[in-house]
Amino acid sequence: MPGKRRPKLAVWKFASCDGCQLSLLDCEDELLDVAGALDIAYFPEATRSVQPGPYDLSLVEGSITTPHDAERIHQIRRDSRQLISIGACATAGGIQALRNFKDVREFTRIVYASPQYIETLRRSTPIAEHVRVDFELRGCPIAKHQLIEVISAFLNGRKPNVPTYSVCQECKRQGVVCVMVAHGTPCLGPVTQAGCGALCPSYHRGCYACFGPKETPNIPALSQWRRERLGASDLEILRSLRTFNAAAAEFERESIRHEHQNHPG
Amino acid sequence: MAKGSGKKGSAMRGIGPFGRPSRVIPKESLRNLLEVLRLRGYTLIGPTVRDQAIVYDEISSPQELPIGWTDRQGPGTYRLERREDDAFFGFVVGPQSWKKFFFPPAQRLFQISRDGKEIHTTPDPVQTRKRALIGVRPCELRALAIQDRVFTGGAYVDGSYRRLREDVFILAVNCGEPAATCFCASLDTGPQVTDGFDLAITEVIEGTRHEFIVHVGSELGARVLEAVPSREATDADSATEREIVQRATRRMSRALERSQLKELLYRNYESPRWDQVAARCLSCANCTMVCPTCFCSTVEDVTDLSGDHAERRRLWDSCFTMDFSYIVGGSVRASTRARYRHWLTHKLATWQDQFGVIGCVGCGRCITWCPVGIDLTEEVAALRGRESPDGGSGAIQENHHDRTES
Repeated sequence: MPGKRRPKLAVWKFASCDGCQLSLLDCEDELLDVAGALDIAYFPEATRSVQPGPYDLSLVEGSITTPHDAERIHQIRRDSRQLISIGACATAGGIQALRNFKDVREFTRIVYASPQYIETLRRSTPIAEHVRVDFELRGCPIAKHQLIEVISAFLNGRKPNVPTYSVCQECKRQGVVCVMVAHGTPCLGPVTQAGCGALCPSYHRGCYACFGPKETPNIPALSQWRRERLGASDLEILRSLRTFNAAAAEFERESIRHEHQNHPG
Repeated sequence: MAKGSGKKGSAMRGIGPFGRPSRVIPKESLRNLLEVLRLRGYTLIGPTVRDQAIVYDEISSPQELPIGWTDRQGPGTYRLERREDDAFFGFVVGPQSWKKFFFPPAQRLFQISRDGKEIHTTPDPVQTRKRALIGVRPCELRALAIQDRVFTGGAYVDGSYRRLREDVFILAVNCGEPAATCFCASLDTGPQVTDGFDLAITEVIEGTRHEFIVHVGSELGARVLEAVPSREATDADSATEREIVQRATRRMSRALERSQLKELLYRNYESPRWDQVAARCLSCANCTMVCPTCFCSTVEDVTDLSGDHAERRRLWDSCFTMDFSYIVGGSVRASTRARYRHWLTHKLATWQDQFGVIGCVGCGRCITWCPVGIDLTEEVAALRGRESPDGGSGAIQENHHDRTES
């Protein structure tokens, strides 16, 4: 955009595997366009050149797991005109939120020789639990095309086309045969938000719920069907919900219910 | 091209609805028949086995049909099984319907580009070709007739649908064996075709005999059939065919009671039954995606990063999403109760006010492909049961599903 100041982009990392910010570098065909449309001001994974804030758009990856990070996110929010959290860690606490169901101090005692040096929070939490977030982009990892869509929407001042309905709609539009109905394969697609393009079902696998709960999910009804008709145990149902989005509210509630049923009392 | 006229044709006896005698061809001649269509420039689309299901796709010969396969269906379950014979059409309907060919699941409508101060709009041309649909079931013919009415029947015609629906040859197949989820007989939409086809066949397998009784439904169908060696159908053939179709009717275990259906649903807008079905419903939208008559779509506008290019797309949508009823202030149908009620009431009641017929053809797809096996015939029976003095049979079925986890 000649003559116009390009909006400044910052990409931040918290507790995460870096996969989501890599998705941005993965945008091979669109990467030059992204660099043309945005001034990449802070993106340590891509460049050592760092510009000071404030930033027009901050993409935040990772969850909050340390007291230091719980402080740092507030400074980032102050420095950002718009803040978009990206990926399951930033939007739901990530796989590391499995600690939320146990006592994290027990883990540090087992894993580290000198656990007294480990400063960590009891729970892994999403960015939105700490600061106001303008948009949450789901996925483990996020889908490249959705990231481009969200950035395009930001640049053009419009609402992103990121549906919150089920993975089933993507399966059906693509003509993917339902793995649960036709093969008896357990699948979380009916309670999971679309976005991946029905990746696993199109390879005859059940959905692992990488994009977290869909809008108004009815997880107990799916669990009941899995148990009564597909022969799933409470433990299997529990484990299927304790993955990348384990601490997403609806998944957490349902998995705790099955934990109690698995170990009554 | 044959199109559903909406009126019932004469029952098929010796004389077909197009006023021509029915013919008989040996199974080997199916290949010739399809070849004639190919030579006439038709792309053949028919049922074929993929991913342990029978889907509709391009085929090049009868060998690609699901020969010797059948589908065992129930609420929330579908399995392919081997048959003991080599039937070409020994199954019913799968997860897909023909609507995907005329009302594509995702479709770009136009592109807009900005060049300085100039704005250029480029509509996407509708890619048409001559297509022959092989093996369309009676219920599916009714569904096509309903979608024809929806998309092209009123003052506002869907141009894309109309163009895609042109140059379509329909080879229909009468049903000999229903799936456990079928209920066309109760709706008079099967198991025998009445109109809306070019050719209609009934597969006859008896001992060593394997033939097709063929009915002509259009002038084009007659010309295609003329190119294939055939013999005239006898009274015995007609009797055999009647028995095949009647057997399908007898074996149909589900039914949707049509009498006073609209009034029933309008009376039961506040029935507690909606809460019970909402407790089971996943609002995943599978029922609407597999339904051969559901026609809702959404349009989305997308820009690229530069903002110099934009496009508008049309996608299959569903009344089970929050976005579907989103207006200023939020979704009108925020609860699953409201969404299921809206779907069923539209399908069976308001559809009648809108289009003069009910929106259900009894194919049973919404029952089979619901991941938790919700059955609309059971829901309607339950609504009726609640109204009857003794609670009716629906109340008994309700108890079965009222079980909740402790």
